[in-house]
Amino acid sequence: MAVHVDRYLRLHKMPHIWCPGCGNGIVLGALVRAVAELGCSRDEVVVITGIGCSARTNAIIDFNTFQTTHGRALSFATGFKLARPEMKVVVVTGDGDGLAIGGNHLIHSARRNIDITTILINNSIYGMTGGQHSPLTPAGSYATTAPYGTLEPVFDACRLVEGAGATYVARGTAYHVVLLQRLIARAISHKGFAFVEAVSQCPVGFGRRNKMRTPSEMMRWQKDHAVTVKAAAGMSREQLRGKILIGEFVNRNLPELTEVYGRLIREAQSRPGGE
Amino acid sequence: MLTRYSIELNHAWCKACRICVDFCPKKVFGVNESGRAVVVNIEKCVGCTLCELWCPDFAIKVEGSEQSGEAS
Amino acid sequence: MMQGNEACVEGAIAAGVRFFAGYPISPATEIAELMAEKLPRVGGAFIQMEDEIASMAAVIGASIGGVKSLTATSGPGFTLKQENLGYAAMVEIPCVIVNVQRGGPSTGMPTLPAQMDVMQSRWGTHGDHPVVVLCPSTVYECYVLTIKAVNIAEMLRVPVIVLSDAIVGHIREKVVLPDPGEIEIVERKKPLVPPEGYLPYRADEDGVPPFITYGKGYRYHITSNNYDEGGFPATNDHKVAHALINRLHAKIEKRRSEIIVTEEYMLDDAEVVIFAYGCTARSAYSAVETAREQGIRAGIIKALTLWPFPREVFRKLGGRVRTVIVPEMNMGQLVVEVEAALKDNPARVVPLNRVDGKMITPGQILDLVKEVI
Ligand SMILES: Cc1ncc(C[n+]2csc(CCOP(=O)(O)OP(=O)(O)O)c2C)c(N)n1
Ligand code: SF4
Ligand code: SF4
Ligand code: SF4
Repeated sequence: MAVHVDRYLRLHKMPHIWCPGCGNGIVLGALVRAVAELGCSRDEVVVITGIGCSARTNAIIDFNTFQTTHGRALSFATGFKLARPEMKVVVVTGDGDGLAIGGNHLIHSARRNIDITTILINNSIYGMTGGQHSPLTPAGSYATTAPYGTLEPVFDACRLVEGAGATYVARGTAYHVVLLQRLIARAISHKGFAFVEAVSQCPVGFGRRNKMRTPSEMMRWQKDHAVTVKAAAGMSREQLRGKILIGEFVNRNLPELTEVYGRLIREAQSRPGGE
Repeated sequence: MLTRYSIELNHAWCKACRICVDFCPKKVFGVNESGRAVVVNIEKCVGCTLCELWCPDFAIKVEGSEQSGEAS
Repeated sequence: MMQGNEACVEGAIAAGVRFFAGYPISPATEIAELMAEKLPRVGGAFIQMEDEIASMAAVIGASIGGVKSLTATSGPGFTLKQENLGYAAMVEIPCVIVNVQRGGPSTGMPTLPAQMDVMQSRWGTHGDHPVVVLCPSTVYECYVLTIKAVNIAEMLRVPVIVLSDAIVGHIREKVVLPDPGEIEIVERKKPLVPPEGYLPYRADEDGVPPFITYGKGYRYHITSNNYDEGGFPATNDHKVAHALINRLHAKIEKRRSEIIVTEEYMLDDAEVVIFAYGCTARSAYSAVETAREQGIRAGIIKALTLWPFPREVFRKLGGRVRTVIVPEMNMGQLVVEVEAALKDNPARVVPLNRVDGKMITPGQILDLVKEVI
């Protein structure tokens, strides 16, 4: 049977504040079950968020949790991880939080290959502020700040962080929740910067305005548009148009920042003048 | 043995989103007058636990025998 | 011989700082460079972040991780740090920011001194937040005030700013550092209750909640939204907000006497008093020496703590002082506070301002002293 998430919840914070059918709860469930599956103790896990609906994930889980400023969670996490390399650090962010205001921090965290797992909940919109367009709002979709449809193209967050140096990169969806949990578990066990994009639904901020009236319709969209990396290998460009790839894109081992720094400390201390 | 699985629904947390109703492969769920999920076809449940994994509000718990061989 | 910036580094390390995150900027870069070299030798960590917003965030993250942390910057970088400085003030995370002031606004005069960030150091981030600002005018003071800054930060769980400037940061002076054994070092207050009974924001009498880092069995939440004693958002709770904002300020007000440092010189019979701070205080001293030689009864109040503003020191002036001169390398920032502190005193307050990147000279001050006497 599945791990019951309520064992890891701060029950006095339930029911949570997300809207009916919001994918954040599904992603959070996958994260909690992944941690449980790995057998991590609650005390060694730190979950850090920024601002947005995605940031509300950590207040309700019984780990070490802190919510930070908009887009900066990875920078806080970088300091924390350098101070406490033995802790398992997970950042949960949104498409606005992690890619607009926090985009630069994401790029540099990936470049440093610091051992932080980042879960980016991509709901294609700014949910918390009421439905403004984000860097991942598909062109032509409607948002409160794009009343005539968005004009700007999106980018592929996974390819971005891969290019920046992340050593684990994967994408899942709320619909493909079993896969998502597996990818998150692998990301957490990976030594280095690990990035999992979780395609999710914001029925209130995005769905309503874009002809997907119910959470289930949005999840059906995920089901219909997702293609696994494996299946995609045998498909033409034409067939892949408008699809989202899911699965593992990158899994490689390269020197990790806190480990390298730990070595520097040991060397510096063994030199004359070291403490 | 008719029912191998049991489902516990927490109505205090359920937000009536219908995800379980629409996606359960065996159509085990229906809704009550407030729109919240209720179990209507427990005998059809195959214990896949997907409803529990999908429920955004952690309102579903699937229990059952591990030995059934059908649990994922 | 030691440079002011170097003294900040030595002070920080002596106080127990083991984490630095920064971004290069004149005239503060030496602090980052020296930290990069020295921290690993004492088991600490240094990181150059992608910008000052990230540096400030990393410093707070490391402090939440239980490590005393510091960053250093100047002008434009100080502005970028404000966002997370506000976070530290709100969620009560100890940290120290050294701002080696240069001429502004904007990139202004990157290598020239100024005292233009006095108000930004107090009010730079939004919201009515608590903050402590210390201001050295000598290399030795860079050392001791950095230690004091770290201690206050840890004691009160507040961000503390060391407001240095390009002159003080770069000048070389002979200093005799105290023996490590003589330095008072403060550690943050740990909870006395077991994890089950721990409320991360339940303050003691002194207004400061005990603080323990993660990974030791105490699991709790931190949020920058208005929060309750349990550390959870109480975003629109008026009562909680009232109590929180008042406590954040009260914890500093209660410790004014420990935080505030001023120095008085030749004050007993002074008719003219110069209120000075930072590099300008250096000129003030030499102006007063000369004035005294010429029989002019001039004295000095030097502020080493700028915020909370040391208004109590002005009570000592009585009715004898006719004029208080406030030289500042800005258009007149602390002078407003001096006027407020002297509102019941007949003494006249006269500003002396300079904003061209050159120091206010002793001669300029002396001329003004003679003019007002
Ligand atoms: C510096 C700053 N700018 C703007 C905001 C307002 N704000 C709060 S949440 C948010 C958008 C979050 O969007 P996203 O990351 O997509 O998260 P979601 O709410 O969809 O989970 C914004 C702009 C803020 N809190 N701080
Ligand atoms: S606004 Fe959107 S993202 Fe936010 S809780 Fe509601 S559904 Fe979820
Ligand atoms: S998925 Fe959960 S919240 Fe939604 S209707 Fe079913 S039980 Fe209720
Ligand atoms: S366990 Fe599977 S079959 Fe049973 S109710 Fe849940 S989704 Fe339906």
